Amino acid sequence: MARPAPGERRRPAVRRSAPILGVLLAIPVLLTACQDKPAALDPHSPEAERVASLIWTFTGLLGLIWLAVAVVSVVAVYRRHEGPRDPLVLAPAGETRRTAVVGVLVAATLLVVLGLTGLSYAAQARLFSAPEEGLVIKITGHQWWWDVQYEGDSPSRVVRTANEIHVPVGRPVLLKLEASDVIHSAWVPSLMGKIDLIPGRQNVKRLVVAKEGTYEGRCAEFCGLQHAHMGMLFVAQAPEAFDRWLVAQRAPAAAPDAPDRRSGHDAFLAKPCVMCHAVRGTPAQGQLGPDLTHLASRRTLGAGTLPMTRGALAAWVSDPHGVKPGVAMPPTPLTGPELDSMVAYLESLL
Amino acid sequence: MSEAVHPGASPVPVERAAAREASGETRTQRDTDLPDAELDRRLARTWGRPAGLVGWLSSVDHKEVGWRYFVTAMVFLALAGSAAMAMRAQLARPDAGLIGPDLYNQIFTMHGTTMMFLFAVPVMQAFGVYLVPLMVGARCIAFPRLAAFSFWVYLFGGLMLWIAFLLNAAPDVGWFAYTPLSGPQFSPGKRSDIWAQMITFTEVSSLAVAVSVIVTVFKHRAPGMTLDRIPLAVWAMLVTSFVVIFAMPAVMLASTMLILDRLVSTQFFNHEAGGDQLLWQHLFWFFGHPEVYIIFLPATGFVSSIVVAFAQRPAFGYLPLVLALVATAFLSFGLWVHHMFATGLPQLGASFFTASSMLIAVPSGIQIFCWIATLWGRRPAMATPMLFVMGFLVIFVMGGMTGVMVASVPLDLQVHDTYFVVAHFHYVLIGGAVFPLLGAFYFWYPKFTGRMMSERLGRWNFWLAFVGFNLTFFVMHVLGLMGMPRRVYTYPSDSGWGPLNMVSSIGSVMLAASFGLFFVNALWSLRRGVRAPSNPWNAGTLEWALPSPPPAYNFARIPIVTHHEPLWKERESLPVAHGLAVDEREILVSTLVEARPDLREVVPGSSIWPLISAIALSIAFVASIFSPYAALWGGALVGAALLGWFWPKSSHEDEE
Amino acid sequence: MKTRLAVDLSGLPPFGFDNRSPIWWGTLGFVAIEGMGFVLAVGLTLYLKHVNPHWPMDAAPPDLLPGTLLTGVLLASLWFNRSADKAARDGDLSGTRLWLVVMTVVGLATIGLRLWEFNALNVRWDQNAYGSCQWLLLGLHATHLITDVGDTAVLTALMFTKHGRGKRYSDVSDNAFYWSFVVAAWIPIYGLVYWVPRW
Repeated sequence: MARPAPGERRRPAVRRSAPILGVLLAIPVLLTACQDKPAALDPHSPEAERVASLIWTFTGLLGLIWLAVAVVSVVAVYRRHEGPRDPLVLAPAGETRRTAVVGVLVAATLLVVLGLTGLSYAAQARLFSAPEEGLVIKITGHQWWWDVQYEGDSPSRVVRTANEIHVPVGRPVLLKLEASDVIHSAWVPSLMGKIDLIPGRQNVKRLVVAKEGTYEGRCAEFCGLQHAHMGMLFVAQAPEAFDRWLVAQRAPAAAPDAPDRRSGHDAFLAKPCVMCHAVRGTPAQGQLGPDLTHLASRRTLGAGTLPMTRGALAAWVSDPHGVKPGVAMPPTPLTGPELDSMVAYLESLL
Repeated sequence: MSEAVHPGASPVPVERAAAREASGETRTQRDTDLPDAELDRRLARTWGRPAGLVGWLSSVDHKEVGWRYFVTAMVFLALAGSAAMAMRAQLARPDAGLIGPDLYNQIFTMHGTTMMFLFAVPVMQAFGVYLVPLMVGARCIAFPRLAAFSFWVYLFGGLMLWIAFLLNAAPDVGWFAYTPLSGPQFSPGKRSDIWAQMITFTEVSSLAVAVSVIVTVFKHRAPGMTLDRIPLAVWAMLVTSFVVIFAMPAVMLASTMLILDRLVSTQFFNHEAGGDQLLWQHLFWFFGHPEVYIIFLPATGFVSSIVVAFAQRPAFGYLPLVLALVATAFLSFGLWVHHMFATGLPQLGASFFTASSMLIAVPSGIQIFCWIATLWGRRPAMATPMLFVMGFLVIFVMGGMTGVMVASVPLDLQVHDTYFVVAHFHYVLIGGAVFPLLGAFYFWYPKFTGRMMSERLGRWNFWLAFVGFNLTFFVMHVLGLMGMPRRVYTYPSDSGWGPLNMVSSIGSVMLAASFGLFFVNALWSLRRGVRAPSNPWNAGTLEWALPSPPPAYNFARIPIVTHHEPLWKERESLPVAHGLAVDEREILVSTLVEARPDLREVVPGSSIWPLISAIALSIAFVASIFSPYAALWGGALVGAALLGWFWPKSSHEDEE
Repeated sequence: MKTRLAVDLSGLPPFGFDNRSPIWWGTLGFVAIEGMGFVLAVGLTLYLKHVNPHWPMDAAPPDLLPGTLLTGVLLASLWFNRSADKAARDGDLSGTRLWLVVMTVVGLATIGLRLWEFNALNVRWDQNAYGSCQWLLLGLHATHLITDVGDTAVLTALMFTKHGRGKRYSDVSDNAFYWSFVVAAWIPIYGLVYWVPRW
């Protein structure tokens, strides 16, 4: 179908589609409104608050600009035809007006860009001027879990745990981030933006958490097969509660105090578990996998893959690949009673 | 200076021609006094290719090569689109078990890799190969055999990748293949090697085409086509080709280093032996960011062409539009670090890249404002190409706005590697490149095929694409802010991401349907479309002076350009140059700036050797995945093939 | 569309040198691509040197003799190269043949010297990142030596056949242009490979 001559009447169908378009565009917006507040816009740290307000500022201003451009584009093509039909005969006045308007708009673009750059820089400067001192937590990324160490003044006072990071509210925290294998990236939307964990380097991230709560975080840099299951949990506690938690974590594992737990303990030490896992206070001193000394005090299993329940522990121990295909932990051949007692033992590691 | 016409005379024997040349005589039949019909007949014989399969494989006609590029790229689009649909099916619901992590990682890698390397760049180059010679009034692309060779290399590289996928050996480390994940320790097997060699294939091809396009624009413009009369679409392809030349070596070098690390244990990316993980990211993004503009800039050329034709007036701000292209190209090399804000680079450096990334909004703004000013008060007919331009304006500008957001360091640290970024770059790439591309296809289809595409299907195509696209990708902005990271094969049901993912998947079905309609329309119109006149849109550039589809030799006589919209200036008849040979492939070489006629040069004709050379190169590339020695014997094989290519087969044939 | 004859092209020459020739521009395009490759290779070597405080890491610096000898030969070859170019521009068939033969022989000699250079690097490519860089730099440049020597050899052979005429002279000139690039690209690499590790 050839293009209609320039003056020919347009198909009315096109015009009728314009409002339909508006409605359709509104659908996702409405759906969005039904959801919970997105984590990045629900800040619980000074850093995340600043970024959230920056997001709102940018969205508001740029959204208006977008709307203006879209409206003007539509107006431009539906205005009545002005000037002669000959493509090479242009009204000089019209061209002058166009030049002036486009010139002003380009200057305005430059101003907006400079303004936003300034805003961004101001936020960035405050973001990275957090205190240099604080509670030091070393996080090492592994495929696909987080090793967490709280520095102590002597090696015996170092607390080692995994995937769950407790922090005191209001006290500055210094995260030292490394990776043992590939690049990972730590991200807790309500608390902090991303910071990469890169093998052979150490990145430092300063953080203050404003409110008590449990905040979900996860790996944001694609790190292989189970990148989807590399969650972390930030637990922000009142300083006193945090100190109690730290003392409890520093203690060695409780000795098994019931027969099934004792046989579970023995099975644990007899099986290959000890090649990778440590349970302080027992001969198990493996360093390749997560420290299990206070395993049952943690809320999740397998870096956020499962909740910490009896059933989940049993499923994980007997067939980790059924839960998280590709995970480094091999399946452990256990008889039914062995599995029961081992789960009972692991559950006692509070 | 011309000989008399002897209808039906056989071509001048080779020896005699040589003897005549030696004696300084005119050796060939010239076009000056030939009647039009006879001229067309002679030129068709000279510029046509042999019939049959070998003839088809030997073609160096830029229109055939460009068309093959186009069809191949569209097949890869369909494949990569299918990969996207598979991902949307898996992600529609939380904890879905449709696709496991191993397959999912291959699928998203194939989607990104295919879309970027096998669809987006080649499809833009397809237009360049097909249209640039027509738009500058040339009979062929510069180095036609090189262009044919490029196509075959591209085809074989793409085939290698997808055959590997069928053999469960597709890369699974993302289209960015970050080390050390893609390195020897964490990606054993051949998957990453396949990825790295696919890069080598496609970059060889893209680089060669870029050189062909640049030389075509520099040296083969019709007389009178001074720099300020070059069509905007040609400027866009020219600037893009320069970006290709300076950006693509980075990824070729990087992928070569990666494959060396993997195959012969070099230590470029092994931090334990002095290598560096971030080096990969620097090299990759030094290419990767300009890559976006390699895809986007040609699309701005399509938009300019469509806007000018539909507004029925010259572009408002020709010079600013050209300068904006050049400025974008320069700036595109100063942005790469904004992909690396989370790596812990020094803050001062990072904020410099914030400024440069935001600054690119200025040339983009200039282009948008100039297009709107061109359309203002011209009542363009809302045919399908124009609809796609309107869709482009609405979608691309939103992508530009989110682009400004991710340029800000603090903001980027929050949305980096989340679905917000997925939304952002699909707004930029689909809105900024694919919408103009589809518009361009509707626009030039009559020139390519001699038939119009169905306008009714075209409107359905557009509205389905527009609505489907926004449903699919708008919600992803929100998903990103909700905390959904990229490249996850599943997500838990308590994340709350389920409903929006479902919306996105439903939208993606509409988007896929729109592409289905597009393919149906393109195929149906090939046979059933209304016959197209030579200039259905009353556009002003040279390609519309030709019959639809154009003959093998493009222009029976080379046009003389008197305006940047020559067909609007010369309404009655087009001034042309004469005096070129009709019995060999003689073309005009002109000067760089003023396009004054300078040389008559004979260009090589059909040849099977580009294909043979491409096969030899492919054997060398694929074999070197399995043995480093293949680089040696494969190199010899390629050398032998090139010797066959360049060794003259007759005394008047020239090499490229 | 109707046309009217306006300009006669039949008097134009069939080939030209330098920027009149499309092939010269094509060569320049590939020079730009490969030049960018060299710039990046040099850049990444300096980057890795910056990351590693000790350069050449735990290896000994390369022996100076073969590389310096090669540098001398390459610089001297510029004169032969220019002679070949000049003979081609003059349409001097015997001169072109002579200097092309010389260039082919010199080119083969440079490839031989390059093999010696690899042996005298005192580091393996897989020893550390420094070794990888040294091998990459020499290897990248070696591919250019081999390519251009191959091209020169083919052109030389062509000039001894009936094809040695007309536009072929322009090809000889473009080939000479490319060789100058190969030599020019070597100078910074020579400094980087041989002198930076001694700094």
